Amino acid sequence: MTTTDPGAATAQPGPQDDVPDFPVPRSCPFSPPQTYAGVRERDALTRVRVHGGKHAWLVARFEDVRTALAHPGASSDARNPAFPALGAGEQQVAAELRPFIRMDPPDHTQVRRMLVGEFTLRRVQALRPEIEAVCAEQVEHLLSRPQPADLVADYANRVSTTVICRLLGVPMEDLEFFRRVTSVSGSRTATAQEVGAALQELFGLLDRLIDLKAVTPGDDLVSRLVNGPLARGEITRTSLLSQIGITLNAGHETSRNAIPLAALDLLRHPDQLDLLRADPSLWPDAVDELLRHLSVADVITLRVATQDIALSVGTIPAGDAFIALLAGANHDPAVFDEPERLDVRRAQRHHVAFGHGVHQCVGQNLGRVELEIALRTLLERVPSLRLAVPESELPMRGASAIFGLDEVPVTW
Amino acid sequence: MVSAAGGGRVLADQDVCVGAGQCARVAPGVFDQADDGLVVLLVRDVPAGEVDAVLDAVDRCPSGAVRLGAPAGGPY
Repeated sequence: MTTTDPGAATAQPGPQDDVPDFPVPRSCPFSPPQTYAGVRERDALTRVRVHGGKHAWLVARFEDVRTALAHPGASSDARNPAFPALGAGEQQVAAELRPFIRMDPPDHTQVRRMLVGEFTLRRVQALRPEIEAVCAEQVEHLLSRPQPADLVADYANRVSTTVICRLLGVPMEDLEFFRRVTSVSGSRTATAQEVGAALQELFGLLDRLIDLKAVTPGDDLVSRLVNGPLARGEITRTSLLSQIGITLNAGHETSRNAIPLAALDLLRHPDQLDLLRADPSLWPDAVDELLRHLSVADVITLRVATQDIALSVGTIPAGDAFIALLAGANHDPAVFDEPERLDVRRAQRHHVAFGHGVHQCVGQNLGRVELEIALRTLLERVPSLRLAVPESELPMRGASAIFGLDEVPVTW
Repeated sequence: MVSAAGGGRVLADQDVCVGAGQCARVAPGVFDQADDGLVVLLVRDVPAGEVDAVLDAVDRCPSGAVRLGAPAGGPY
């Protein structure tokens, strides 16, 4: 690992660098990659090489991650050549489509404000009965499947797709459609052409939906955006398609990956599950602890410093790329006692699983409630649920934007 | 600044707010989230029993929109 003097640092490739590649795979689905602890403990910035040979600094300490992500000089704009994209097609696609997660203020602010009203605490609380009905229906589907069934395809994917599609007002005859799209659009190995083709299929569907909602609006996000900001000329149709697309994909993929992982995390900690069964009022805290422990969106926070950003381990110079490791921060022993331990009664609950700064997850309130209801419904309806294969045989999604398991065979 | 006995001023800047809703989640007696997603103050000064919750909200606010100021009558 290259040691650098932060004062004279440059993230650009040098002639004889021995910079490690990034991202690195997890060795256990329930823990951050093993190298993160070393990055966090080093009293200097750590430099890595990402796709295409570009360099980026890693930020791994909790307070540094918060400082860096909240800094006005932290740019998310994928059009910047230094943007540290992790996937082959990621930068080109993000630079062209400009989803709001890869924008800076004031453009970002304008789009985000069109969406935040759809995900308020009050709105999400009102959705609880509907989410409960979706989970109850899908757990019966799981139980109707031959054993071992797949907790991803037969439950989590169906729950996450149904919930986000209903919220947006997107028809969903084919529950596997969005899973197929995100398996390409979120893949690090997919080229820009492959990602573009997968998204075009989605955008075709959304394009027809925009026309439909303009004529026959419903009580949903797409209808409100079409008849509000789009009709008033505050957003272009092209941008609206991108913003609906990222909301749908992000809302679907995160929950789909988090639900099976969190269920397994509880099953492998029976003492914690017993606490929840004895006192269901612990569930909201348990959800935050699971979000912290698993940190599935670990490396979504790709940035370029547009000003010098001073951190405890050195200064990221203006112009250099950095990646704020959410799993690194959430497992920082300076903030979380015994961070590897799952503790639903943990006192420290201010994790960064949803990021920090102006890009902190717009759907976090929905994500929390959806995860809570999906887990409670599953574990209450199927008390004998257990993994049907050894943990070491679970196929991890190593090369995707959001961490998860491809398949989780379960029995009961 | 706020003291353990309360009395500090709560400040919320809607121009900075990104509508994450964290403040209304951890200190619902002090902050609300309007239908447009942005922060709304329910009180002007930190209630004595809500000091920890308000400090938590200030700590969690991702955009720095929620802050504490001097007690009423102070320089703010």
